[in-house]
Amino acid sequence: MALLEISALDAFYGDFQALFGASLRLDTGEALAVIGSNGAGKSTLLKALTGLLPARADAIRFDGAAIGGLPASEIMKRGIAMVPEGRRLFPSLSVEENLLIGGWGRTGTGHWSLESLYRLFPVLKERRHSPGTALSGGQQQMVAIGRALMSNPALLLCDEISLGLAPVVVRDIYGALPAIRAEGTAVVLVEQDIVQALAVCDRVICLQEGRVTLEGEPADLTRDAIQRAYFGR
Amino acid sequence: MTTLVDIVLQGVLLGGLYALFAAGLSLIFGVMRLVNLAHGDLIVLAAFLMLALTRVLGLPLPVAALLCLPLMFAIGYALQRLVLDPVLGKDILPPLLTTFGLSIIIQNGLLEGFSADSQRLSGGGVETLSLPLGGGLAIGLMPLLTFLAAILVIVALNRLFYATALGRAFRAVSDDPEIARLMGIDNRRLFAVAMGLALSVCAVAAFFLGMRSNFDPTIGPARLLFAFEAVIIGGLGSLWGTLAGGVVLGVAQTAGAALNPEWQLLAGHLVFLAILVARPRGLFPRATD
Ligand SMILES: Nc1ncnc2c1ncn2[C@@H]1O[C@H](COP(=O)(O)OP(=O)(O)O)[C@@H](O)[C@H]1O
Ligand SMILES: [Mg+2]
Repeated sequence: MALLEISALDAFYGDFQALFGASLRLDTGEALAVIGSNGAGKSTLLKALTGLLPARADAIRFDGAAIGGLPASEIMKRGIAMVPEGRRLFPSLSVEENLLIGGWGRTGTGHWSLESLYRLFPVLKERRHSPGTALSGGQQQMVAIGRALMSNPALLLCDEISLGLAPVVVRDIYGALPAIRAEGTAVVLVEQDIVQALAVCDRVICLQEGRVTLEGEPADLTRDAIQRAYFGR
Repeated sequence: MTTLVDIVLQGVLLGGLYALFAAGLSLIFGVMRLVNLAHGDLIVLAAFLMLALTRVLGLPLPVAALLCLPLMFAIGYALQRLVLDPVLGKDILPPLLTTFGLSIIIQNGLLEGFSADSQRLSGGGVETLSLPLGGGLAIGLMPLLTFLAAILVIVALNRLFYATALGRAFRAVSDDPEIARLMGIDNRRLFAVAMGLALSVCAVAAFFLGMRSNFDPTIGPARLLFAFEAVIIGGLGSLWGTLAGGVVLGVAQTAGAALNPEWQLLAGHLVFLAILVARPRGLFPRATD
């Protein structure tokens, strides 16, 4: 059975429609890359999925239940955690408090705790009493990922975690992915960096102007097909 | 010299009362960016609640006061869920108008129920006790207890905010409500708890207000003004700053009153304005904001 099934999902900002009948499915433990140019609707998809935007109830099924349009706090409790675009750490919380707050609604049963996260990202342990926003961009991204993992989610959503980071730092961040997936967590990876995304994911979908224009496994997709789906030409 | 020391001493202690008025206001603004214009009236409401508990049920005042803590918490929780939540949003005007309306409703409700007569909470004589400090100085027991209560309330709120999971959630919601929801935080429930806490602090303030001076249903807005001034002088978002703000206001008023009894309030307002001009963000502004 699919862990997540999105079917014919529309999403709006007021009168403006940002998603048109988007569909996708994801199995337990699977990693899906969502690619697409700026403004394609990738973040909108994640916002609808996490309850930050309204959605038709049965457009989103998670673990067998229709969860579209539930309050964000309720959806999180069912096991979907998000690393939001731009990291969005809480400025008045220390690094450790940012991590702890990630487990407010759900601690789940699983591997992730302060100790295991400090093992995954040792630098965070050294900086644990600093304000979250005092860290470098890469370290902040580690906190944002750790914060989401603290709930031991069944599904982790990452919105452009490489954005604005130096390549070496991106390599560090992506280096944590195998350890995360090893716990059986399914991952949706939103990326503009196609090469990066294809290298680590089992499947990929491409969004363009709010529509899914391509779906497949990285090995089966030609450069041309991706380019057409991405740019529409 | 003795007069000067006396003025400062009395002023500092008066500042404790103002800090108690202000703590709840500051808490609510900090957590949900809501300016509660009914805050003063809610303090007066709590005072009348104590009065009613002593008169109608015949409870001793300390028991009535303690009982008011959970009662005011419940009132705050319900108020937030039923009245304020529906109007909280991006636009700050609807909640402001709602609390303004609430202020009028509370005043008129109290007038209806208790008449316009001046009331007082009677502590059976403790109100008039004072401690001689030597050299002609003395401080009243009630002002001293008020000041100690203010410190206690601020220490407790600070511990709650900075050393508990609930406080962490309060700060997270205040920083970024959208992301807080992604952490599984139910903003609405949390706001209701915050309002409950704020009104419990109102009950503490009401106890000391009612013991120290007369009150009637219309004095709420003036208490709100003192609370505002204390918060602004101290700097938004810092509870110790609020105590400092209350002390500055208290000393200014006491000094003004010593020069001319009619200048008490005027002196307070002038010092408030002077500080606003010199340090628009208050004496102890929060670093991040
Ligand atoms: N808060 C918003 N209000 C109105 N329109 C928005 C908002 N956020 C995004 N949009 C619009 O929705 C479309 C999709 O945006 P988004 O999902 O953020 O794209 P992506 O994440 O793929 O870069 C864009 O046209 C964008 O301008
Ligand atoms: Mg985006």
